[in-house]
Parts: sequence; structure tokens; C-alpha cells
Amino acid sequence: MSATEMAATRLHASGVNDYDVAAIRADFPILSREIYGKPLVYFDSASSAQKPRSVIDAVSHLYEHDYANVHRGLHFLSGAATDAYEAARETVRALINARSDREIVFTRNATEAINLVAASYGRAFLGEGDEVVISAMEHHANIVPWQLLRDDVGSVLTVAPIDDDGNFLFDEFEKLLGPRTKLVAITHASNALGSVTPIKRIIAAAHARDIPVLVDGSQGVVHMGVDVQDLDADFYVFTGHKLYGPSGIGVLYGKEDLLDRMPPYQGGGEMIRRVTYEKTEFAELPAKFEAGTPPIAQAIGLAAAIDYVTGLGLDRIAAHEADLLAYATERLSQVPGLTIIGRAEEKCSIVSFVMDFAHPHDVGTIIDRAGVAVRAGHHCAQPLMDRCGVTATTRASFGLYNTKAEIDMLVEALEGVRDLFG
Amino acid sequence: MFDDMRELYQDVILEHGKNPRNRCCPSGANRQALGQNPVCGDAFVIYLTVDDDNVVRDAGFKGDGCAISMASASMMTEIVKGKTLEEANKLFETFQGLATGNDDVETEGLDEDDLDRMQALSGVRQFPIRVKCATLAWHTMQAAADGKDKATTE
Repeated sequence: MSATEMAATRLHASGVNDYDVAAIRADFPILSREIYGKPLVYFDSASSAQKPRSVIDAVSHLYEHDYANVHRGLHFLSGAATDAYEAARETVRALINARSDREIVFTRNATEAINLVAASYGRAFLGEGDEVVISAMEHHANIVPWQLLRDDVGSVLTVAPIDDDGNFLFDEFEKLLGPRTKLVAITHASNALGSVTPIKRIIAAAHARDIPVLVDGSQGVVHMGVDVQDLDADFYVFTGHKLYGPSGIGVLYGKEDLLDRMPPYQGGGEMIRRVTYEKTEFAELPAKFEAGTPPIAQAIGLAAAIDYVTGLGLDRIAAHEADLLAYATERLSQVPGLTIIGRAEEKCSIVSFVMDFAHPHDVGTIIDRAGVAVRAGHHCAQPLMDRCGVTATTRASFGLYNTKAEIDMLVEALEGVRDLFG
Repeated sequence: MFDDMRELYQDVILEHGKNPRNRCCPSGANRQALGQNPVCGDAFVIYLTVDDDNVVRDAGFKGDGCAISMASASMMTEIVKGKTLEEANKLFETFQGLATGNDDVETEGLDEDDLDRMQALSGVRQFPIRVKCATLAWHTMQAAADGKDKATTE
């Protein structure tokens, strides 16, 4: 039994799982709409999650009452917007238990956060022959930036393998850590398979060799409580829109001493202390990495999303999602001709599968007509698809607002695909 | 449950999707191109055997994809056999028109079987995201005919 399943069992046993999913669904306006005359079944939250009313209202409220540019004007509204923007940073800091809000850099998304580390830390501290270790389950966002770095400085990209079920092979990973390994960049949970990596052990093993670790927490922060001090992560990145916040906002957490030593990523306004034509003095953290007008409303929307999920309780959400994952795995396993891709021992609420009678794209198009929204494709993880021996999968990902009844509707729709194709 | 999907997934498409024709590299193939749809990762190689008079003597494909893209590759290779490259390119224009819902497209004078096959796939016009699935093989055929080695739906 995985840790999340155990959490679910524990909550059931103690009778505290008073998770009122109907009330929660009422917080998400979009969930009441119909698609082709059918109630929307939204199983694509791993791609991007829907937004609660409180997030929509926070963004509207800002634009209606408190909007101006941040960190610039002397007028009242600039102060109000700056306060709200910096309060959002504090909300993010508290969510992941960073030591200081100087360690929280707002970016456009997780992709930009990884590119920032690759371009800044990578170019400054990696050279010819230095190795970056990733895993076989990375999103393209945690592959391509390291390839660009490789082409730039001559570093080497090595890949820690997984087994056929999608379990991270820790011993094999450890063997890859050598004197030339200068960075480990690994996902907390696979967006395509749902596999959760033993990230704390990974970090400890790397640190034993003085190797810093970047964690792609795009899925991890959504499904698990994250404590960057407990993990001892050097960098932890995630995106707002998968965490029920707006798109256009991401987070780079970095240990202060690392961020301090890193050169700026982009130049412009906001990231400077003093500019002359001869020389520019850079601003302190985190402004050093936030060139230009930042995504102000998006940061404030993200804070509202974090308030929403912490208000529900991250443990209770995890227990609910574990329940959905267990139910979906059981139901889908009974569909003839369906094979689940990714059966790792510990998973977050993502189920990828293929059907022997229909291609994932056909499945996705057809069940859309029943109002069921899933992702079909390579999930921005083509090397992982190659490893799994498929070109694409259909992926159902479950969020805090999904229900078992919706999983029944998915299964029923898949039966309909068989009728059509069979 | 999905009766309204029959317009897209007609029997002939499902049949070609399951049992694609010409799924091989024909002997004597002298033109080939790789076609990719970066959105979904589908990839097909189209092979043509073109003679000195620019007539397609044989055509085949390799690759894997959804029912729409498989059926399209299967039917396209059947259609272009015996046509000149010029005719094949013209048929692609016709097919693109049918697939995107352009009703002005000229269909007069076309072989009836060819037109039937192309019309079977024209149901994609109701599914704009899937039009590229239907046209990938055709784009790739055109690239091969033009002596290019790669095509993309982008």
C-alpha cells in the first residue's frame, strides 16, 4: 500500500474524511457547464486545473480595485498592488516552507523556472564534460533546457532508468552519480504515468556527493505537501495553473546562497539597483531574477489558489485523490482490451492507458462527445513514451473536485468506444 | 452511445484503420519523406515509386497513428497509384478542400472511387483539431513528390 493510500485508509478509519465534494464542486463555476449537452467530466487537471471562484474573484478584485504596477510608483495603488504581490510571495513561501521569501522567484511557469536555472546556474557552474542527471520520466521541460545547456557548454546529459511499471530505479540512479555529476534534475511525480519518485532519498544521495538537486514539482506540489527544508531541495519549481491558479505564473524556489551566487537570467527593469552605460548593479533577491513587470494578477491569483487548497487541507485532498486513483485503477483494469501504462508502487492521481482496439487520439475525440475531457498524446514526454513502447496514451488525471461517479462515466464512455470500433 | 460519431468514423475508415493497405516500402521506391505531426507525435514515412514520365507506379507507407491518419495514409496510397505527380498534387488540393469544409472545391471529372474515399474522410471538417490527422499522409506524399525528405503539419 502506498503512502497516499495509507493516508486515505487512515482518514477513513478515523472518520474525519468529511470531504464534501459536492460543495467543493460548487466552488468551480466551469464544472456546472455542459459539453455537447453532457455534464463536463474534467479529467485533464494534470495538464491544467480548473479555477475556484475565489481565484477568479481575486484576479477581478485586483483589476477592479487595487491594480497598478509593482515596486515602482509612489502612488497609493502602486503600494496596494505591491503589497498584494509580495503577500502572494509570502503565501508561496509558507506553502513549501522556504526559509525566506527571498528564495521565492516568480516566473512565467515551471518551464521558465527550469530554463532560468539551466541558463544561469548551468552556464556559470557547468563546463565541458560535466554531467546533468535526469530521469527517464521527465517532461520535455526538464529535458530540453539541459540539452540547450549541453550544446552551449559541452555538458553531458545522463538518464536514470525506470522499470517497466514506471518505478524509479534508485540503485541505478545512484550508480550514475560520479565526480563529474554537477546537477541532478528530477521530477517529483511523472505527469505522464503518475509515478512518484523517492525524491528525499534522491536528494540525500546527491548531497552525499555535494551535488545540488533541482526538483520539477509541477505535479508534486499539487498532490503532496511539499516542505523544501525537509526535502533539502536546492531548487524546487512548479507552475500555478496546475495548482488551481492562473496560467502565466510559475515559481522557482532556490536556496538563498545558490541564488545569490547565480548571475541574472534576463536583464531589464526591476532587477537592477543602479544602471549606467558602463555598469549595472543588480538588485537583491528575488528581484534579481524578476526582470520586467512581473505577472502581478497571476501571482495574486496563485496565492488565492494556495489559500483555497490549504483551506481544504492538503492531506484531505491527497486522501480524496488516492481514493479516486484506487477506484479508477480498479475500474479501468476491468475494461477488456485496456492496459494501464504505469503501475508504480507510489503514484499520484494520474492514470495513463492504451486500448487495443483504438488509438488514444480516437479515444480522446470520441469520449469528448460524452463530455469526458482527457489528454491523449505523448504528454510532452516523448522519450518516456518510447521507453514504454507506445507513441501515445490516453491520460485521465484527477483533481480535488472529481468524483467516483465521473470515473463511472469515463468507463461507460470507453465501453462506447468499443461499440463503435468493435 | 456515440451514433453521432459515425460521420467521422465511417465503416470504411475503421476498416482501413484496422487493415491499412500498402503498409510497406514498395520495391523500387525512389522517393520518400517522413511526415510528423508535432502536436500528437504521429509519424509516417511515405514511399513513392515514380517513373521517368512522373507517374506514380507504386506507393506505400510505414508508421502508426490514429484511425483517421492510418485510413488516410492507406487510402492516399491507393488513390495516387497510376497518377502523375501533378495529378496527385491536384488531388491533395481537392482533399484539403473537402477536409476543411471548402464547398467550392472542384470535384468534377474525378474518378468515382477516388472521390468516395476522399469524401469518407471529409467528416473531419466537423473536428478541426483532427484535420491534420487526415492530411498528414497527403502533406508527406507531396513532400516526397517534391524531393523533400521531411514534412510537418505545422
